[in-house]
Amino acid sequence: MMDGMGVDLEELRRLRRARDRMDREFATPLDVAELARGAFMSPAHFSRRFREAYSETPHAYLMTRRIERAKALLRDGAGVTEACHAVGCTSLGSFSASFTALVGETPSRYRARRRGEVRGLSCCEVLRVTRPRRRNASSFGEALRAVAV
Amino acid sequence: MTVSLSQAHILVDDPDAALPFYRDALGLDVAADVANAGYRWLSLIAPGHPEVLVVLEQPEAGRSEENGQALAALLAKGELGPVHFRTDDLEATLDAIRATPGATVVQEPVDQFWGVRDAAVRDPAGNLLRIEQAR
Repeated sequence: MMDGMGVDLEELRRLRRARDRMDREFATPLDVAELARGAFMSPAHFSRRFREAYSETPHAYLMTRRIERAKALLRDGAGVTEACHAVGCTSLGSFSASFTALVGETPSRYRARRRGEVRGLSCCEVLRVTRPRRRNASSFGEALRAVAV
Repeated sequence: MTVSLSQAHILVDDPDAALPFYRDALGLDVAADVANAGYRWLSLIAPGHPEVLVVLEQPEAGRSEENGQALAALLAKGELGPVHFRTDDLEATLDAIRATPGATVVQEPVDQFWGVRDAAVRDPAGNLLRIEQAR
């Protein structure tokens, strides 16, 4: 349904539900094709509209969400393979590549360096230290919205 | 000098859908229900806290069409909020929210190390609310 000025509010609501679903179900083998099906759109149309609404692709949002969680698991001492699977990634290679692109170091190096690092920090300090550096973080969760770097 | 919060306004697209959420699920009492110029304002108060009014109003009410539509789009996208509510029984509150049409739980309860157990939900309009219980 279109509401004045060509803004399709019902489509925006379906995008919102898809984003909420990523926040909720990122640890399952969720992918863009499945999210697009749930939003009643083709994958290409879904990705384009999502990017227009949230300034990043659904794939980037999902991976950011997964890597936020993986960082928390690695800090708590989880192994890299364990963290990869726990956040819904099936390929260790693509997980490590995405992690390195977003965080700036490999998951194993991050684990070795950051393990236990945030213990004893206040909650705002933890959020500041651990938020990912992509321009937009997820809407809630382990990190607040990131600033541009 | 003492200043405290007296009113908080929450934008909702559909007052009829919002009322079961705020009144029946959260348990707020309706203090006023005012219609004017095709829009509706619902004022609610939490039992025992008459000093804070929660006002539900539509994005287009009292604004230019352009700004009303911009806010309606942000609301639909889920970009408004969060608003925090506290409860003395998080599980019961979430059960009531799950039973409300259009409302969803987006984060199941977790213990936060700053001393609360909290969950995140969407009201039927798309606002993000965090519901927290002291622990």
